[in-house]
Amino acid sequence: MQRQVALIKQSLFDQGYLDEQFMELEELQDDANPNFVEEVSALYFKDSARLINNIDQALERGSFDFNRLDSYMHQFKGSSTSIGASKVKAECTTFREYCRAGNAEGCLRTFQQLKKEHSTLRKKLEHYFQLARQAGPKETARRPK
Amino acid sequence: MMNPSHGRGLGSAGGSSSGRNQGGGETVVEMFPSGLRVLVVDDDPTCLMILERMLRTCLYEVTKCNRAEMALSLLRKNKHGFDIVISDVHMPDMDGFKLLEHVGLEMDLPVIMMSADDSKSVVLKGVTHGAVDYLIKPVRMEALKNIWQHVVRKRRSEWSVPEHSGSIEETGERQQQQHRGGGGGAAVSGGEDAVDDNSSSVNEGNNWRSSSRKRKDEEGEEQGDDKDEDASNLKKPRVVWSVELHQQFVAAVNQLGVEKAVPKKILELMNVPGLTRENVASHLQKYRIYLRRLGGVSQHQGNLNNSFMTGQDASFGPLSTLNGFDLQALAVTGQLPAQSLAQLQAGLGRPAMVSKSGLPVSSIVDERSIFSFDNTKTRFGEGLGHHGQQPQQQPQMNLLHGVPTGLQQQLPMGNRMSIQQQIAAVRAGHSVQNNGMLMPLAGQQSLPRGPPPMLTSSQSSIRQPMLSNRIPERSGFSGRNNIPESSRVLPTGYTNLTTQHSSSAMAYNNFQPELPVNSFPLASAPGLSVPVRKATSYQEEVNSSEAGFTTPSYDMFTTRQNDWDLRNIGIAFDSHQDAESAAFSASEAYSSSSMSRNNTTVAATEHGRNHQQPPPGMVPHHQGYADGNSGSVRVKSERVAADTAAMAFHEQYSNQEDLMSALLKQEGIAPVDGEFDFDAYSIDNIPV
Repeated sequence: MQRQVALIKQSLFDQGYLDEQFMELEELQDDANPNFVEEVSALYFKDSARLINNIDQALERGSFDFNRLDSYMHQFKGSSTSIGASKVKAECTTFREYCRAGNAEGCLRTFQQLKKEHSTLRKKLEHYFQLARQAGPKETARRPK
Repeated sequence: MMNPSHGRGLGSAGGSSSGRNQGGGETVVEMFPSGLRVLVVDDDPTCLMILERMLRTCLYEVTKCNRAEMALSLLRKNKHGFDIVISDVHMPDMDGFKLLEHVGLEMDLPVIMMSADDSKSVVLKGVTHGAVDYLIKPVRMEALKNIWQHVVRKRRSEWSVPEHSGSIEETGERQQQQHRGGGGGAAVSGGEDAVDDNSSSVNEGNNWRSSSRKRKDEEGEEQGDDKDEDASNLKKPRVVWSVELHQQFVAAVNQLGVEKAVPKKILELMNVPGLTRENVASHLQKYRIYLRRLGGVSQHQGNLNNSFMTGQDASFGPLSTLNGFDLQALAVTGQLPAQSLAQLQAGLGRPAMVSKSGLPVSSIVDERSIFSFDNTKTRFGEGLGHHGQQPQQQPQMNLLHGVPTGLQQQLPMGNRMSIQQQIAAVRAGHSVQNNGMLMPLAGQQSLPRGPPPMLTSSQSSIRQPMLSNRIPERSGFSGRNNIPESSRVLPTGYTNLTTQHSSSAMAYNNFQPELPVNSFPLASAPGLSVPVRKATSYQEEVNSSEAGFTTPSYDMFTTRQNDWDLRNIGIAFDSHQDAESAAFSASEAYSSSSMSRNNTTVAATEHGRNHQQPPPGMVPHHQGYADGNSGSVRVKSERVAADTAAMAFHEQYSNQEDLMSALLKQEGIAPVDGEFDFDAYSIDNIPV
């Protein structure tokens, strides 16, 4: 079981969904905080969902306030970076570039992509954490990287 | 070798996980100065959570905050409750840099900025605003592990230790290191490698820890006793930036051009034996920040102010700003002659200033402005007199500064009458005093302003922090002014203030003009025209009655609050508010300074409290010794105490404050929030 978990995790890294920041987070996990990473993840997804909502609304309005969009995206990028969500982060960067260029269509497109990545990551992580919990917390916490 | 697995950042000296939080406690402890109290501010909950976890892993004590305003109020309420602040740059309710400024000015704590944005311009902004470091997100453990070095460094630099590389430089280096995610300890020259970091950190950590611990402990004690800022703990020779010294400094800077002034050249120009480049560098940093705040100087100068403030004691910083602020107001309103301003300043009795390190607040800020302020104060003082206290004031004024108190007499009570006239009078009479005076006025003005928020209520405490910080500076300055040679520099600023005062005075009626009066010896509570009514009582009671200053609710203060960047305010002061705020700040500052200065004064303070309005700033300050705010001021004051002249000033100042408070109170001017945005100091407006 643990091996399975390890494999899943490894694949997440390999596929670029997560980067070493995620590993840093894992290092912070220990007996006193056995579910730290999962908690942070949950928090991230909750908060980012809110951001996505805001952006969605802003885009729907059709007014394209690039500054505001950029600002939202900056936040999004910040959180995504902190958790190590590299694909999501990449989309954020792209989005911001489109914002700066004033390219509304590019923004829309990228945003769709971003939502997709975000959702994919969420599912994968949920799955991962579920397994990890079943396998036993030690596995994820102490594994040396 | 260090555990590779932990190399990433845990830096456990010992084994793996154990090192971190369980059994390895000891090992870890040896590595970090555990218990460091960190305040983290970030609107991103994810980041906040991660940071908190990381910091706790470093055995730091962490307080989270997701709003800048909340962070500020936390800091203000508990001034010495934190050792370092880490803040995100991009936040919805307040710009991270603004928070940085506030913290630097009011609390003088090291602030680390962080952001996912790593563009050079933003990083540079961090540097120029005085951040001690800039971390790029995602923040890693290694980076956080060593943040204690900033705390230590800051304390050391306040001691004017000739350690090389001013904070700015180190910050720059550090940033680079941080960017690499390595951030080795300061002492570590390069150990980017995790392993190196660990090993060097261990060594350094040990050394540092013991010393920093020692310092921290000492500080803790000190703080408990006299709220003395680090200075007392470190027991290193401190460079006291006396009025003269500061004037020399300013002259050198002006000669070189503010933008171009570099510590080395300044040092050469000043030609003061025993002064190190380090001292000048840190002083310059603060000065720049101060200027920046006053006159919207370019950002890079901002740091100066912050550091400047710091050097003096957080309280000073704000004070100076205040002074500047007030001065501006005055200048604007009535074109206080520089002289009078100076006088005012002197009169203001910058006790705080003096204590701090003799840093002439005024000098920093804008000497001219200070002077102007003084003038205004002087005038105000006169104005106050008319409340009946004037006579008192006058005598006091004379006392303090030895400057001809002609001003006092001249100042019509509360008239808004041409402030200029008053200023002229003041100017003529007092050169030095202005500085001192100003402060008090400023402080007072804001204080009395309205409901005695300042007084004991927490509101005032909020304000006060601002003021106190500011005032101390001013006070310091004034103190210096009292000394005959004090720099009259301010005249320009003073003038402005005067102007301002006149307008505000209108509003306040007699209150504001008093500010200028402040330049007169504290006793006379020059600017305290406002407090005049109360002045009598105040004077007796509280030396530190900076409150007197607060009375004049200078609009300046208000303005200040609204906008950190006073630049515009200075000019636009037409509202009393500014003056008030300035006054407020001043009074606050003064109060603080006074407070610190006289422990005994505390009793007086109590009195002040009764007055309630009076130096809201004051009282709270006094009371506030407990809180951090006063603390800084106090510290300054104490320093001042050492200085006889300062003492004298202090006395005077107190009176002034009382007056101010009284005035303000009468005026019913609500002291503006401590935030001194007012760039009273903008010298630009002050015609010297």
